[in-house]
Amino acid sequence: MSEIAEKVKAIIIDKLGVEASEVTPEASFTNDLGADSLDTVELIMEFEKEFNVSIPDDQAENIGTVGQAISYLEEHAK
Amino acid sequence: MTSIRRVVVTGLGAITPLGNTAPAYWEGLRTGTSGAATITRFAPAKFKTRFACEVKGYQPDDFFDRKEGRKMDLFTQFGVVASDEAIADSGLLESGVNKDRVGVIWGSGIGGLKSLQEECFQFERGDGTPRYSPFFIPRMIADSASGNISIKNGFRGPNFVTTSACASSNDSIIAAFNNIRLGLADVMITGGSEAAITESGVGGFNALKAMSERNDDPASASRPYDKDRDGFVLGEGAGALVLEEYEHAKARGAKMYAELIGGGMSSDAYHITAPDPTGSGVVLVMQNALRDAGISAAEVDYINTHGTSTPLGDGAEIKAIEQVFGEHAEKLNISSTKSMTGHLLGGAGGVEAVACLLAMQHGMVPPTINLHTPDPEINQALNFTPNTAQARDVRVAMSNTFGFGGHNTSVIFRKL
Repeated sequence: MSEIAEKVKAIIIDKLGVEASEVTPEASFTNDLGADSLDTVELIMEFEKEFNVSIPDDQAENIGTVGQAISYLEEHAK
Repeated sequence: MTSIRRVVVTGLGAITPLGNTAPAYWEGLRTGTSGAATITRFAPAKFKTRFACEVKGYQPDDFFDRKEGRKMDLFTQFGVVASDEAIADSGLLESGVNKDRVGVIWGSGIGGLKSLQEECFQFERGDGTPRYSPFFIPRMIADSASGNISIKNGFRGPNFVTTSACASSNDSIIAAFNNIRLGLADVMITGGSEAAITESGVGGFNALKAMSERNDDPASASRPYDKDRDGFVLGEGAGALVLEEYEHAKARGAKMYAELIGGGMSSDAYHITAPDPTGSGVVLVMQNALRDAGISAAEVDYINTHGTSTPLGDGAEIKAIEQVFGEHAEKLNISSTKSMTGHLLGGAGGVEAVACLLAMQHGMVPPTINLHTPDPEINQALNFTPNTAQARDVRVAMSNTFGFGGHNTSVIFRKL
């Protein structure tokens, strides 16, 4: 697993209070990991902070699963 | 007010600098223990006051799952923890109560000060990009305490927070009392909480010259009615009560600690922080409470005073007690439990109401500790319950709290 994927997983585990085993690439933040809309906003903000990127709202809307977050950040992280 | 609907107390909860449950709190009160020690919540080296009465051994993970706990400021966590204890004590949930008829009115003078402070620090330290947490506002706003208590339990009745500085939770108790008396609810969860032992809380109160600076001996710093008192000691925590309409409580066979028989409110209309030295607003509030309760001053056994250990406030309240109670004043037990807990600000009325109810239950008045050199300016013929608890059958107890802004509040409980 890439360094970015490791960090993304760690953030999700910390912010959503879930077990590492639940954080699979297909896991949806809202449907599988118990996040509500505010939790999702907070996750996006943590990704921005950790990877020093700015994620526009229209793109943030497309980040709904662990795998989508990892691919977006692998592409955009500085 | 003559009301057909009587209101009784059916549950108690507390998380305090003396203990993290109501029984542990009582043990600290009964034994005259100080909750003061050097501040651990931040590095206080540069502050004029470097001690406070902190809640000890509290781990959020013992009460909340990590995700939920992070969404609540400490003052809200304290509120939920104390309310949970009071609700469990009352047996309310097991009784199949109609939750549409259960409300929550909570008191907090400040709200989520730590959350406000942290988010503002973080922005100031950054490059100007706003990175406020989506949980910042819900953590900070004072009503998040009553909101969270209702969400956790599904209580759908009246719900709000009262803010009147250090009178906040007596105001919440009175508002809850009135909601039941008026028939707007059958059960109310009430009380209050505060968690202001932060850099901005301590720095702010130091700037007002309101807090003790007795850094060399924190345990003796809160000394109401003592000649050498030099200000209040900041405390934190929560006190919770379940108030219930008498017939409702009786029908489900609930344990009843006492009846809440009166609540009084008044305003000094004098100064934003200083108490009126004549105590006229305090006279008025105790008269209002006695009138609401429909009892005479001579029926009161115990007054848990506001008594914060400030040079001005303590004397003014005692003068007012002498005026309202006349000759009976010397027959009262008076104590300031703030000598032990410190001053919980908006949470004070909650934990002090709990102290009154436990005093009634145990037939024991908790002391005013650190009263070693009586202030000659204060009538020492009164019984301040100095230093050790005194056995007394407390049939009627009054609890006073006053707040910056000139808010005065007084509540009266009577044994059933």
